[in-house]
Amino acid sequence: MSDPRLEQADRTNDFAFKIGTVNGTGSASANGLIMQAIFRMGIPCTGKNVFPSNIQGLPTWYEIRVSRDGYSARTPEFDLIVAMNPATYERDIAEVRPGGYLLHDSSWPMAKEFLRDDITFLGVPLGEMCVREFKGARVRILMKNIAYAGALAALLSMDLDVIRGMIQEKFAAKPKLIGSNYKAIELGYDYAMEHFDCPLPIRLQTMDATSDHVLMDGNTSAALGCVYAGATVGAWYPITPSTSLMDAFKRFCERFRKDPETGERSFFIAQAEDELAAAGVVVGAGWAGARAFTPTSGPGISLMSEFIGLAYYAEVPSVFVDVQRVGPSTGMPTRTQQGDIAAVAYASHGDTRHIALFPANPEESFHMAVEAFDLAERFQTPVFLVQDLDIGMNDWMIPKLTWDDGFVPDRGKVLGAAELERIEKFYRYMDVDGDGIPYRSLPGVHPKGAYFTRGSGHTSRATYTEDADEYTEVMDRLHRKIDSAASEVPSPAIEMREGASVALVTIGSCDGAVREAADILEGQGVPVDYLRVRGFPFDTLVREFLDAHELNFVVEQNRDAQLKRLLLTETEVDPARLHSVLDYGGFPMSAAFVAGEVAERLGLKVEETRVRPAAEEPEGALA
Amino acid sequence: MTYIPKPAVRHPGLGANELGLHLRDYEGTISTLCAGCGHDSVTAAIIQAFYELSIPPHRIAKMSGIGCSAKTPAYFVDQAHGFNGVHGRMPALATGANAANKDLYYIGISGDGDSLSIGLGQFCHAIRRNVNMLYVLENNGVYGLTKGQFSASADVGSRSKRGVPNKSEPIDPVALALTLGATFVARGFSGDKQQLLPLLKAGLMHKGFAFLDVISPCVTFNDHVGSTKSYLYTRHHGHELVPVDFVPIRSEISASYKHGGRTSITMHDGSMVRFRKVPEDYDPTDRLSAYEHYRSLQNRGEVVTGLLYLDPGGEDMHDDNATTSTPLAEMAYEDLCPGSEQMDALMEEFR
Repeated sequence: MSDPRLEQADRTNDFAFKIGTVNGTGSASANGLIMQAIFRMGIPCTGKNVFPSNIQGLPTWYEIRVSRDGYSARTPEFDLIVAMNPATYERDIAEVRPGGYLLHDSSWPMAKEFLRDDITFLGVPLGEMCVREFKGARVRILMKNIAYAGALAALLSMDLDVIRGMIQEKFAAKPKLIGSNYKAIELGYDYAMEHFDCPLPIRLQTMDATSDHVLMDGNTSAALGCVYAGATVGAWYPITPSTSLMDAFKRFCERFRKDPETGERSFFIAQAEDELAAAGVVVGAGWAGARAFTPTSGPGISLMSEFIGLAYYAEVPSVFVDVQRVGPSTGMPTRTQQGDIAAVAYASHGDTRHIALFPANPEESFHMAVEAFDLAERFQTPVFLVQDLDIGMNDWMIPKLTWDDGFVPDRGKVLGAAELERIEKFYRYMDVDGDGIPYRSLPGVHPKGAYFTRGSGHTSRATYTEDADEYTEVMDRLHRKIDSAASEVPSPAIEMREGASVALVTIGSCDGAVREAADILEGQGVPVDYLRVRGFPFDTLVREFLDAHELNFVVEQNRDAQLKRLLLTETEVDPARLHSVLDYGGFPMSAAFVAGEVAERLGLKVEETRVRPAAEEPEGALA
Repeated sequence: MTYIPKPAVRHPGLGANELGLHLRDYEGTISTLCAGCGHDSVTAAIIQAFYELSIPPHRIAKMSGIGCSAKTPAYFVDQAHGFNGVHGRMPALATGANAANKDLYYIGISGDGDSLSIGLGQFCHAIRRNVNMLYVLENNGVYGLTKGQFSASADVGSRSKRGVPNKSEPIDPVALALTLGATFVARGFSGDKQQLLPLLKAGLMHKGFAFLDVISPCVTFNDHVGSTKSYLYTRHHGHELVPVDFVPIRSEISASYKHGGRTSITMHDGSMVRFRKVPEDYDPTDRLSAYEHYRSLQNRGEVVTGLLYLDPGGEDMHDDNATTSTPLAEMAYEDLCPGSEQMDALMEEFR
């Protein structure tokens, strides 16, 4: 089904383009420049980095969606592709929607078999110009990137002052580079202005929709959440796509947690030998009273499962950030998926069940990271912050993060020296308050607080046992404890629409696509309700919502409908009410896909979703 | 393993330490290991060491993995915090606990299966990280709880109880610790408490990773003729290379022995390790010299014991990290959260 909004001729601030380059050639900074310039023009935009598991040489793309309505989901329909990598010409040219544009380096002739007559080829001799203007192979390659940014500035009507300002900021410490970057921008800009009818119908126009916003990826914001939560110990084993989380944590700690005079640091980061050890460091630190976390991805969760079971059974607060990538096994490390939902819910052998939080964007990653530490200490158990590559590594426009200085962390039931002194005898796993959560003590605080922590069978008095009743008592309490977290995890996001009888149910980064799809469907006369799961165990609101709709489309990014299965297992909802919408090839979900799947199931007229109506005829554009 | 209560009987002849605590206060529950197990002798020496050093029991963190050795922390210092984690992963737990609270006394008890097979990686990396702890490896060359399989420390030719010889090369934890940069490397024998006690005390007071390999025979599965980890074999082939005394900072140093020039080494906190008989051409503070001596004696079939190497420099992973002096677990939240002003300023950098 097509999006009616696209019928309108005005494509100003409403289009998508992508830039295909070669990994390791420095194109990331040019792409970042373009993205940031659009953002600074006050126009909502989202950037998706489609990159290979490679250091240098393989193809890489950067996709930018410009949306005056603020839609953030990926769209696979490109109005313009900047093809800077001859190795992907064929694919890039094929992906331009009919009526769209292809910007390429015309220093070398384009193979005839690639030509299409339904799109416009915009050839700019970038290589030739850069060879003429700059010296040195490396500089020429880098400046070619900046030059295509210049050409785009002309074609899309970007504000040159904004671009110049950013170049000045970026190279403030290396003023020599400012001149060459200016020059490169002008090369591309002037050539495009001279040879094409600029701007194209897909164009930018200054708005005021981003002033209260920032551009941030979810690994950065989650790391910031860990800092603000007061985490002091971070352990990790580098793994895509979570690596930048610990990089960011370290950067923030170097800035905020280092005494400027003594150089003393109030944080400890252990780069462990593997994920098993990283998890062990977190559990050890949590046991000793620090707020500790580890960022990882699916393969790491597999390895950490042993310690996750220990932390669940021995009741040690610990935070695991899972930045999901495509599985199983090594899978596709640089593509996104929601393939770990089932794994984190019940990670480790035996009867286990874990608290998990599912942010939909970097703003939620920040707040939920803070919340994860509170929940971990309050419930004395592992807590998972489950995001994915799309949230973690892509540039999202989010409201500026704010902090409430009145925030007091929930450290849970920890007995201090004075309290231990007062009580007659301390039993670590005794359900004193009847809420399933025992009191804990920290090593070194008081002689009365000493106890033996173990992953083997234990009693409520923290002694070893092989007795059925004593074992069962603790296991039943653990079940009650985790159950009671259902009302404490973030409640589901719900949006009801007038006249809706069916619903879209989703999780995590599918959010943007699902909410946009709801708008598309409403435009077609099909209002739908919306629920996004934000925490596990499920809030009772989730069950109530599912029961209130005869048909719930469960939209998620994995093959096996993991969220749907979890809903069936945990809520005992009637299976006939749930219908899966699955997309798991590794790209962020698109609204057109969701709307199309729903329309098909509902028997609505389905139009071709892939193709957008052509923009105005490109007048005077040179092929 | 800890469910048998121990009668609270105190021998009237035993005195109190500086904290007013008695040896009994450093004991644990009754051991459930086999009668005659080498590990129980090590446990007894550990109890003695903590008692003599007058370390407050609740300031001790006892870490272990899985196996017979891993059970022993339940048998000493009841009033200490213990963490019996997962197999082969005690070093990671100890690293994390130490990262959070560096002011506790960390003792890790492991075995040859726990450290040299399933946990070899963790063992090596804890050494590299230089975690401030005493790491005791109760080494018997065999898996006890699963009934007699060879471990990775079994010597080539050593025979199992059924007479089958081991053909795989052993992993030698002492050589490993020396090459990986452990700042304290020693070996004892569970049958020689006189020697073991000062090694334990010095290891506990050493700042940095202290490794103590203890040949601790398994009386049930590896104490027969043909085993190279038996009591008899160890007594016949034992070679005490560098016998030491440990002199705590509080004690007066009354006499010193001069053999081969070096007599005593002052540790980071002012306590001393006194070498009684150092061979003429041996420098226990020189890693290469220690390694050469160790290897040459080992090649002669001797089980080398004593304090083999000591770096008295007194640095650990927190010195490398420049960690603040207050243990991280005790930091006030106000000192950790950057606050709203910093947040607002930071946000401007993401525009």
